[in-house]
Amino acid sequence: MPGSHRLVPAMMKMMKDLEQWTTLVVDVIARATSQLPPDVTAAIRQGRTQEAEGSLAAMALDSVLKNADIACAEKAPMCQDTGVPLFWIHHPADVSTGLLSKACTQAVRRATAKNLLRENAVDTLTGRNTGDGAAPSIPTVHCEEWDRSEVKIQLLLKGGGCENTSAQYSLPDSKLGADRNLDGARRVVLDAAYQAQGKGCGPGILGVCLGGDRGSGYVEAKYQLLRHLDDHNPIPELDAMERRLVDEANQLGIGPMGFGGKTTVLGVKIGTLGRVPASYFVSIAYLCWAARRAGALVAESGEITWLS
Amino acid sequence: MAELKLPCDESAIRHLRVGETALLSGRIITGRDTAHHWLCGAFREEVAPFLQGSIIYHCGPVVRKNPDGSYTFVAAGPTTSAREEPYQADVIERYGVRGVIGKGGMFDKTRKGLQKCGAVYLHAVGGTAQSLAKTVVRVERVFKLEEFGVPEAMWVIEVKDFPTVVTMDSHGGSLHETVAQASRTALSKLLGL
Repeated sequence: MPGSHRLVPAMMKMMKDLEQWTTLVVDVIARATSQLPPDVTAAIRQGRTQEAEGSLAAMALDSVLKNADIACAEKAPMCQDTGVPLFWIHHPADVSTGLLSKACTQAVRRATAKNLLRENAVDTLTGRNTGDGAAPSIPTVHCEEWDRSEVKIQLLLKGGGCENTSAQYSLPDSKLGADRNLDGARRVVLDAAYQAQGKGCGPGILGVCLGGDRGSGYVEAKYQLLRHLDDHNPIPELDAMERRLVDEANQLGIGPMGFGGKTTVLGVKIGTLGRVPASYFVSIAYLCWAARRAGALVAESGEITWLS
Repeated sequence: MAELKLPCDESAIRHLRVGETALLSGRIITGRDTAHHWLCGAFREEVAPFLQGSIIYHCGPVVRKNPDGSYTFVAAGPTTSAREEPYQADVIERYGVRGVIGKGGMFDKTRKGLQKCGAVYLHAVGGTAQSLAKTVVRVERVFKLEEFGVPEAMWVIEVKDFPTVVTMDSHGGSLHETVAQASRTALSKLLGL
């Protein structure tokens, strides 16, 4: 029965089984931490062709590509800062968000014990490392019900270095000549790329949100980072703006690691949210070259399709 | 490419210039946010001998504890150095440190400290935690593991051919400042400011 949410008995069991979801999410984490997505590798290789032989920029990109090969072959974390695990889950009405969230947290603990993730969660008041990778909002799990029968899990491991270089602008910004329009947004995105210099482990990927409030803007900016670098924005003016921003940011000359060079950003991805008349935020989530995203699409039949 | 054996003396550092690549071998010690704050709080006798003439690596590694009680570095790239800017120059002077390894560079206070004391800022390629972990041939010991946790503890390690780039030297040079200025000019041009 097409479009039905009725589950076959075996799947019904899987959909309610915490252990099975946990095992699946550990697999997603293992893939994210050790496998650089193919589109990111291709973009780094493309950047490498633009850099002069013998330059520090070329050396940095060669090191990055070699490191990615080792991490993949050894199924080990490509970067020691395994970041905040950010999950986005789309699920049918039959599957509990509580169960999925619990599975994600349990999987983070298990992956931490297996050294796939660093002991990366600290109690902010006491300064103590929790030791198991989990703490309030670590991992962060966004669940959304949809009208499809599959469950889609997407994960981004976002390191602290690049998170610290993310930025939010409230338009207008007179110093940058940024009004409340697309050109104003373009100006602040370029300023963010300039401000980041090499601190966020460039070449970076910029997830951008136009609109929203200070909270939703950053969440949408991060959600944009799940897009593949070679995709197209369905909104023509944003698609054009994404391409122009990549080209212009790469004219800044900051280069890989801030060593100087032509590869400053690998991609810019822009989304929009509604805003109230008083506010016009542009939120920019900087992602390091180690763009650790992975995912899984779980069909009603139980069949798993891995996503990059 | 320069080769630096650690620990070292001031003259070895004064030879290094911005833009040069340097391969490090010998004993270094990790230290990041909590460690720098702690090192500034009082003179820490127990770690001082490991800092004298050596290099602090801004790194919070992934570490595996082996069944025999020893440790192995699983992933160990550099962390952002800018956060240690308030402390770095003081730590270098107080403990006789010859330099730091990190990423993203540091600012004026550190630059002056490097110049004064004869120390250097060495940039490792951020995110290359697998390649760099393979240069760690031995984990000698660890300080403050229980209290600071794995990433913030001070790990005394022996490295062999650890690759770096000199981005701030002991003569006041800074590649970060050069790139920042050039990119500021490029930004002004793009924005028509």
